[in-house]
Amino acid sequence: MVKVGLIGAGKMGISHLSILGAHPEVEVVGVSDTSKMVLDVFRKYSRFPVFADYEEMLMQANPDAVFISVPTKLHSTMAQKVMQKGKHVFSEKPLCLTDEEGQRLVALAEEKKLINQVGYHNKFIGTFQEVKRIVDGGYLGEVFHFVGEAYGPVVVRPQKENWRSKPGEGGGCLLDYASHVIDLINHILGPVTKVHGTIMKSFYSKSVEDSVFSLLEISPKVSGMLSVNWSDDTYRKMSTSITIIGSKGKIICDANELKLYFKTRDCPETYTKGWNVKYVTNFTDNVNFYLRGEEYSAQVDYFIKAVQGQSPNNVNTFHSAWHTDRVISLIKNSVNRN
Amino acid sequence: MERILFGDNQFFAVNHISDEKSRAQSIRFQDDKAILKTLDHAIGAGVTTFMCTTHDRIANICEHVRNHPGRYTDFKMFPCMPYAHKYANAVTELGILGALQEYVPGNFLGSLYKGGRAFLSKDYLSIMELLVDSEMKMFKGINTPVIFLQNIITDLLLGLGMIEVLKSFYLYVQKKYNAEGGFITMNLPKLLNELEGVGIENPVICTSINKIGFRMSGGIKAYEEILATRKVRVIAMQVLASGAIPPNDAIKYVCNLPNIESILFGASSKANIQETVSLIHKNDVSSSAEKIATV
Repeated sequence: MVKVGLIGAGKMGISHLSILGAHPEVEVVGVSDTSKMVLDVFRKYSRFPVFADYEEMLMQANPDAVFISVPTKLHSTMAQKVMQKGKHVFSEKPLCLTDEEGQRLVALAEEKKLINQVGYHNKFIGTFQEVKRIVDGGYLGEVFHFVGEAYGPVVVRPQKENWRSKPGEGGGCLLDYASHVIDLINHILGPVTKVHGTIMKSFYSKSVEDSVFSLLEISPKVSGMLSVNWSDDTYRKMSTSITIIGSKGKIICDANELKLYFKTRDCPETYTKGWNVKYVTNFTDNVNFYLRGEEYSAQVDYFIKAVQGQSPNNVNTFHSAWHTDRVISLIKNSVNRN
Repeated sequence: MERILFGDNQFFAVNHISDEKSRAQSIRFQDDKAILKTLDHAIGAGVTTFMCTTHDRIANICEHVRNHPGRYTDFKMFPCMPYAHKYANAVTELGILGALQEYVPGNFLGSLYKGGRAFLSKDYLSIMELLVDSEMKMFKGINTPVIFLQNIITDLLLGLGMIEVLKSFYLYVQKKYNAEGGFITMNLPKLLNELEGVGIENPVICTSINKIGFRMSGGIKAYEEILATRKVRVIAMQVLASGAIPPNDAIKYVCNLPNIESILFGASSKANIQETVSLIHKNDVSSSAEKIATV
């Protein structure tokens, strides 16, 4: 059994907790949160021990691994404290607010030889995994064009202030939504190295952006566009997609559907020349416990297996999430202020 | 429960395999008249139970049903609550407490806070009851013999080990609405064990059942074992696995399983509704003929 503690029982935290609670190899030894009411509900209705102070939880419950699901500005301090106590860490995304903070976490995890993972769950979605396989296999030929997009209904009217509306705490569509798309582009096509210009706009939010457009470059030959908007209420929930054009074909992919065009018969097995349409059902393995998408359970399971020494800990490491943080910095620095 | 139940995903752009199809459905059903017309096709095909989310637009459907009692004499609705995205979006904006304040009717939370005393267990259960009442308002005067908790909530509470809350929901809808409390889940084996553990016997559970094992957590074998050996009233959903299985194969598999009380499906066109209904009838007949032959 892996003993797990969780810091921050908000929306993502509760979701992780439910998946952890149902995991046959996990014992939840502590939940810490700053809301008295949340702690009270857990005290009355769950078996999980609760703590108002996370450092006290680390001391008393002595977990092997800790999930951190708190506003981004707190990731750096908390992850450092957790790792200094020799605990493995799963952190929500994005990793940190600055390159330097992230770099320190990467170095500390390496130094202490701790398992480290960040919640970029798209890498556990079957359709995106298939895109990675096709691109890595060279079946698209020389890639030269891509578009990464995400749309959804987070801020669809003027809102009350919360941490997502404060730039200093990690709010804004760039950190919340665009980070997922950037991470996926980095993963599938290689890290973004230059940003040629960005427009960030606010419609409803007062102090953060509601949309981001950026021109991204991976290498002089491979470039593309990022278009993200969290104020689109024609979507029920976040929808992330990527389009990739190469010399031998084209891919249009989201979490549910993969459309692939091959110019010739030189394509992977089970595909044909011309258009191919596949669905996530073709690529999805069952999970032991399903809450809101196989990917959420699969990423937790992958982390627990890594802690047990049964999987390699090379997906969504702090290091890869730090690359995403760096692209976020590049984007911020490239904002066109005219 | 009737053998065939009509679902509502197609009306609210819930499509598990294609955003494009979702958008097409959104456009097709943006007028309530289009929903009503499709419902009439289902009723015309003999399917008189509509299992639906407590989406705002269902209130208009309920209104129509109340205003035309003669046309909906045998009509039943199985409400499935809550419409989770409404709450999820509120939690993102307002936090958990803020979202509760937004949706718990009256000044219940405010008065508790002003009282300055600690919350008691019965206070939390009162919050749950008030939320159920607010979701049930739209169904006033409509026959709702089974009321479901949506899988996102059932499974969330299941993972958190809050089985007492599931039981409280079950008891409350029985007491207040004289209805059977049902549970939608993607985790039948785990849920059934836990419900039995708190004394809920022979529960109504709506869960994914399909030939390829899609969204059958714990594996298809565990589900088949439960159907063969346990006491549970199962509604099979996602029978076509979002279109991954050809209709005839999909329906044949489910009709041949023991203990499936009902099959839930959704479709947009009259032809698809009629085709699915007749496939179920056809396979039911041949499956019972096979059973008689083996006896």
